[in-house]
Amino acid sequence: MASDRIDIRHVARLARLALTDGEIATFGPQLGNLLTFVDELGELDTANVAATAQVIPSRNVQRDDAIRPETMLSREDALRNAPRAQHGFFAVPRIIAEEG
Amino acid sequence: MDPVRDSARAIARAVNSREASAVEIAEAMIPHVAQVDASLDAYLELTPELMREHARKVDARVAAGETLPLAGVPVAIKDNMCLTGTHTTAGSKILENFVAPYTATAVQRLLDAGALPIGKTNLDEFAMGSSGENSALKKTRNPYDLERVPGGSSAGSAASVGGFEATLSLGSDTGGSIREPAAFCNVVGFKPTYGRVSRYGLIAFASSLDQIGPFARSVEDAALTYDAIGGHDPLDATSVDRPLEPTAGFLREDLRGVRVGIVKEFATAELGAEIDACYRKAYADLEALGAELVDVELPTAKYGLATYYLIAPAECSSNLARFDGVRYGLRVDGADVGEMYERTRAAGFGPEVKRRILIGTYALSSGYYDAYYVKAQKARTRIAEDFARAFERCDVIASPAASSPAFGFNAKSDPVAMYLMDYYTIPVSLAGLPSLSVPCGAVVPEGGTRPMPMGLQLATPLFTERALLGYAHAYERATMHAEKLSPIEVATA
Repeated sequence: MASDRIDIRHVARLARLALTDGEIATFGPQLGNLLTFVDELGELDTANVAATAQVIPSRNVQRDDAIRPETMLSREDALRNAPRAQHGFFAVPRIIAEEG
Repeated sequence: MDPVRDSARAIARAVNSREASAVEIAEAMIPHVAQVDASLDAYLELTPELMREHARKVDARVAAGETLPLAGVPVAIKDNMCLTGTHTTAGSKILENFVAPYTATAVQRLLDAGALPIGKTNLDEFAMGSSGENSALKKTRNPYDLERVPGGSSAGSAASVGGFEATLSLGSDTGGSIREPAAFCNVVGFKPTYGRVSRYGLIAFASSLDQIGPFARSVEDAALTYDAIGGHDPLDATSVDRPLEPTAGFLREDLRGVRVGIVKEFATAELGAEIDACYRKAYADLEALGAELVDVELPTAKYGLATYYLIAPAECSSNLARFDGVRYGLRVDGADVGEMYERTRAAGFGPEVKRRILIGTYALSSGYYDAYYVKAQKARTRIAEDFARAFERCDVIASPAASSPAFGFNAKSDPVAMYLMDYYTIPVSLAGLPSLSVPCGAVVPEGGTRPMPMGLQLATPLFTERALLGYAHAYERATMHAEKLSPIEVATA
């Protein structure tokens, strides 16, 4: 059974994605089918073949260690899309538990 | 001068010579687009005030003596590219209310060249899809048959140009997202070599594949746009630092001395008699222009889809990790920060995006990384090598741009069936090659009543955009297929 190949709850946890039971029921077989589909890569001989991460000739790109004002956002602009901001910072739920 | 139907070149010439003003063009286009888009739904947001503002600027620059390559040309921007002050949603609920605080380099270059922004166009969510149907925000229709999809993921960018609600548009192509919808909507769609156009300000999907490119109603206009947006950008570390060869003035009228590769593995017989005949005619037309047809082999191309559907989701799962409800976009509260992430992403992403995040996370996870992700990267090497070998025997490879003409809504419920639409474009993307789709005729699809446009894909070696556009121009001028069809809205106007 294709859907047995992937522990979808575990993968969803890794991806920080809450799934409904309905989604698990739908995605399980769909992802299983996709994995079966990509299995055909097994036929392809890739011994002694280098992995391609990037197709164009490239090298490390460094920039000057200088401020480029034209690419900087003001604090106000940076926070404008924030779901919640407080005191000029992004506000998130408490991360560290209270003592005691 | 007709701002709705004329070419970008003609519009720019009229504005530069002050026969027409950019303001007049904007005032003519604004009501026209509002009317046509009531049927097509190509746009997620119209920006009439911004268009007027840019029109005034263009007129002032021309009055001051400047000549601008895209003076007064109405353009549409795929909504995964930032334009300051406009919504930039990527077709997703998670970014539905996001307002771009800066402008993408490609968009900025287009505006600097004198273009007028009409608005932002619909797309499959985060550019993941081949029909436009994965947009969480709108259903864009094909201008040649409103009951059919426009193709994807650059759905609205293709439909707006095909439906004469924009002269040019920008799209992005990861595995075929410019070329396939261009074929479906009777327009030219051009994906330059990976790295030729800056990705700065483009919402990332699969960073080793994503590339911005133009849609236009002629190869010449696509070339004009490419000349304006291409070239090195220090703000994108993967942007290639080598001089852009301008294509203007280098478009060809014939194909004498050109070897066109016909791929043995891309035989069109299995696509049906009508489609097969369409492509055979296209290849014969290339030959009639003086080209020599050469048989080439791409034995690993059939592994393209499998390779792509590991690499692209892997990169997507990594890129989309940033949507966590903290700095921008949707937030759904939870008992703790972890639950907030999980609920935000559950509510914000649609099914196809979730599927790709899951498969990508799986392919990158401990124990599976080598078997899936690294294996796919090695397969990618073999595919790129096959193309390099084929180009020893030919100058350009010709093939279908898509497996069929535009299909009906809800026709592809199985994700893998949808993925097969991009069978011909994906191997080219994996190799990073410049390629385009140019109209090559029409076929009445199964269950359809109207002839629907077809696209011929041409691909050339890395960094040979000038040659590619030249070949496509010669083919287009000799065949003029695009002009044989009329979109529904314009036909009845």
